[in-house]
Amino acid sequence: MDNTRRRVLRGASAAGAVFAAFATGALKPSDALAITWDKSAFEAKSMVDALKALHVSSATDSKDIVIRAPDIAENGAVVPIDITSNIPGTESISLFIEKNPFPYVGTFDMTKGAVPYVHVRVKVGQSSPVRVVVTAGGKHYQAVKDVKVTIGGCGG
Amino acid sequence: MRKSLTTLAVACAAFLATSAFGQTPEEVKKGVEQYREMLELGNPAELYALKGEALFKKKRGPKNASLEQCDFGKGPGVLKGVYAEMPRYFADTGKVQDLESRLVTCMVQLQGISEKDATKRPFGNADKPSENEQLVAYIVSQSYGDPINIKLDNPKMKEAYEIGKRLFFYRAGPWDFSCATCHAEENTRIRLQDLPVLSSPAGAKAAMTTWPAYRVSNSQLKTMEWRINDCYRQMRFPEPNFISDSVIALTTYLAYTANGGVYKGPGIKR
Amino acid sequence: MGDPMKIRARMQGDVAEVRVLMGHPMETGQRKGSDGKIIPAHFIKQIRAELNGKVVFEAAISQAISRNPLFAFKVKGAKAGDKLSITWEDNKGDKRTDTVTISG
Repeated sequence: MDNTRRRVLRGASAAGAVFAAFATGALKPSDALAITWDKSAFEAKSMVDALKALHVSSATDSKDIVIRAPDIAENGAVVPIDITSNIPGTESISLFIEKNPFPYVGTFDMTKGAVPYVHVRVKVGQSSPVRVVVTAGGKHYQAVKDVKVTIGGCGG
Repeated sequence: MRKSLTTLAVACAAFLATSAFGQTPEEVKKGVEQYREMLELGNPAELYALKGEALFKKKRGPKNASLEQCDFGKGPGVLKGVYAEMPRYFADTGKVQDLESRLVTCMVQLQGISEKDATKRPFGNADKPSENEQLVAYIVSQSYGDPINIKLDNPKMKEAYEIGKRLFFYRAGPWDFSCATCHAEENTRIRLQDLPVLSSPAGAKAAMTTWPAYRVSNSQLKTMEWRINDCYRQMRFPEPNFISDSVIALTTYLAYTANGGVYKGPGIKR
Repeated sequence: MGDPMKIRARMQGDVAEVRVLMGHPMETGQRKGSDGKIIPAHFIKQIRAELNGKVVFEAAISQAISRNPLFAFKVKGAKAGDKLSITWEDNKGDKRTDTVTISG
């Protein structure tokens, strides 16, 4: 447990190293250390920069990624999003709200015994595409769903 | 009456301009329903209830006592189902009390806390919830699944019901509003929120079985006292005092109208 | 320290369905307080779930997760009676672990 804690606490440089190792194929995903908090990706202000920071150069559109989110969210402070990946060998699920000031919301690791599914609630600043990137077998796949946001003001 | 409804529509910029989304009202309605359904998966009101339980059982006040012996109408220490039967008449105080006023009574009687201290911060905010809200969340969750059952078996209860009913229809304030202006006509809404017809059993049940509730818009648990207080604020009335006889009377009217509805709170709302 | 979590873990077939509510402000660092000053960012960065002491689920997240976060996920290889613990850690180094027994 303490080992894990130390691993998850590793900084951005460690994260970079892990992703670089992925990219060169030197490290199989199953050998990867515990998930890291990738500062450069989280602080990226655009989709392009966030993906670049995560070393996702291209992602194939996939119908095997199912995003369930409301078409219209009454309040952007809480937008429920349900993600299922039916892609065999799914290693991780990453979520992006494209029009948020910092689009990258997070990555969920699926290599240690979790079924490739996660439900989260996120803040969505304005109507935006919700993008999910799944990594499987060293490749990236993606799906997008639009969510419209209205802020209920008058109702108190 | 017609005039006041027009005023309402203008005042609240009511009725969402659905064209803004390029969708039909039916599509908007479906989208919103889907949103609300997805919220049901988990309710942060449970976090308030956890804290409320700890507060309830903690020895506090000059008498260094917990609230565990508080009598909410079914005997000291009984919590199961009590909220579904409140407001109710209490012989020891000679008053009709809602949950929140009864909590104050118990803090005064059991813990020796002054009424002033017990009522000084009934409503909190997201950063600092009030203890009242946490205690309420805990106690109402013990009535989940119980039918609302308000009995007008006492002159004081009958009186509270009649006063509450009159308050519901009483028009005043700068906009000449009453509760009924928004809540006694079918198919009214403010933006995307359909307004329940609270003078009908169906509408009253829908509201009274789901309040108190966690409001996702401000990340807070809101109590029934707050709900009524805020309706008065929105109508630009002077806001009623916390646990005042008028709020308790109005709650009695609404809860009695909701009799038979199965309590499912605390709820979660947009 | 942090506030207690509310965790539900229940077997559904051969998979444990887990739902967890965490009490946390998830402050973005972009909001102004009543005094007009920016409220510093304060949010959970890491989440980890362990099944009988073995890590089974992990996440790295941002301040875009809503206040008082809810997460649901599913864990393979669990059975009723197993211990499931969840840990979060925030950007101020605060952390919290809560444990439940998986129900049948």
